[in-house]
Amino acid sequence: MSSAMIDRILDAVIDTFYLVICSGLIGIALGIVMGVALYVTRENRIMAMPVLNRAISLVVNVGRSVPFIILMLALAPFTRWLVGSYIGTTAALVPLSIAAIPFVARLVEGALNEVPHGLIEAAESMGATPWQIITRVLLPEARGGLITAATITIIALIGYSAMAGAIGAGGLGAVAYNYGYSRYNPMVMLVTVLIMVVMVQGVQMLGDFFVHRSRHR
Amino acid sequence: MIRLENVTRVYGQGAKAVTALKDVNLEVAAGSITGVIGVSGAGKSTLIRCVNLLERPTRGRVFVAGQELTAMNKTELRKARHGIGMIFQHFNLLESRTVRDNIGLPLELIGTPRRDIDQRIDELLELTGLNDRASAYPAALSGGQKQRVAIARALASNPQALLCDEATSALDPQTTSSILTLLRDINQRLGLTILLITHEMEVVRTICDQVALISGGALVETAPVGDFFTRPATEEGRTFLNDFLQLAPSNALLQRMADSPEDNRLPVVRLVFRGQALSSQLMTQLEQHFGIRLRILQARVENIQGRTLGLMIAEFDGARDTLDAAMDHLHTLDVQTEVLGHVQRHD
Repeated sequence: MSSAMIDRILDAVIDTFYLVICSGLIGIALGIVMGVALYVTRENRIMAMPVLNRAISLVVNVGRSVPFIILMLALAPFTRWLVGSYIGTTAALVPLSIAAIPFVARLVEGALNEVPHGLIEAAESMGATPWQIITRVLLPEARGGLITAATITIIALIGYSAMAGAIGAGGLGAVAYNYGYSRYNPMVMLVTVLIMVVMVQGVQMLGDFFVHRSRHR
Repeated sequence: MIRLENVTRVYGQGAKAVTALKDVNLEVAAGSITGVIGVSGAGKSTLIRCVNLLERPTRGRVFVAGQELTAMNKTELRKARHGIGMIFQHFNLLESRTVRDNIGLPLELIGTPRRDIDQRIDELLELTGLNDRASAYPAALSGGQKQRVAIARALASNPQALLCDEATSALDPQTTSSILTLLRDINQRLGLTILLITHEMEVVRTICDQVALISGGALVETAPVGDFFTRPATEEGRTFLNDFLQLAPSNALLQRMADSPEDNRLPVVRLVFRGQALSSQLMTQLEQHFGIRLRILQARVENIQGRTLGLMIAEFDGARDTLDAAMDHLHTLDVQTEVLGHVQRHD
């Protein structure tokens, strides 16, 4: 492999990190908000608003049912309006973040469902406001599940970012497609695949470490 | 201190509606401990949840410390709840917080300054005997320790009333007894009013001043504990008490007993005596005045809130014609009698 190719791969790794970290942060932050909204607005919950709940749920389901490659193309006009272009690394952040939000929301809702109802009842008996219940009971008690959700999301985003690379986002996906596939360089293909395996493995181990640390048992 | 007026709670609507509480009236005096007792599904949990409005009564009014909770808006209700502590069967501690931080939670909610919170936590750790577990997480604690943390947490904001929802039902007998002692201690030292629900008569017997028996969603009997244990006013009360005291005739005795007083058969009588009516004096009197000798088959003596409750099943061995007079005499001594059956004379 030429040194130019090695540089190209290293640049691609940095691009992939950039894509995954930025879209991960945006997606997880907004996904948690949406997941909490899904949880608290359900019937008999602390901010029960069944109509709003069904609306959010519908949005989440629609978001999750569109395959990422299609979502990316469908969002192109919106992306261009938002960042001025629909091609390039920064442009790819838009569909990546938007795809992550409903994904995270469902995972967060699942994690919150695991918090025993008795804890919420106890907090209510102390006169906690809904906001206090969310910030001091629900989210801290669901911490392990939330870290697991973040781990799964980051790993999914590594995969999505490679797909985005195929249509001009840069990153490892672009290198694998342009050099490994189109110009038939099996070595490049192998190296990019190996790097992605290592990245996924690393994220999973980091996630497991934090989940373990958040558990007090 | 706590007053429920005609509290009714209905779940569901129309044909599927289930009435969990029916016109419940209950008054808990300031500084007293009241126990609501009943079998599973009688409505105990619903009742205690209606006191701090974790469940809103369908009808009726709830007063705590002179304020009508059922007339409050959400903000007022939250403020009122700071003055009502609650503990639960399954403790409901936050696994993500240490003992200290669990205890401090109610104070964090009302924005108490950190230094005051720490000071209050220290006091409560002392009160509940948890000093050496302050930095442990709940997962490392025994059930009894968890309930102590829950009690400390419930007391953090200096409430005037404490609600206990089956607080000892998940604990073994020794731990139950230590938790009850702690509750009694808190009640006496802080003058805290306690309302508890339980299915265990032992809990009521040990710490309550007043007992309310709930059955099918209605309070069937409310009485001072001493009265309830010695003289239950209702059939439900008697059934509950008999189950607890377990002075039912043994199977062996039941097999020997016949209903009718045939020749040569002796009556088997269950005696319930209270207060100072001691059994030895009783037996001497019966023998001297009526020529009746008692053969004790089963007996039990209990001390409940300073009052003696004795139960005895005995054969009355004597002439039949003196028997009625003997019974009358017993009644004048406030001894309750009930002929259970008749057995063959032994000798």
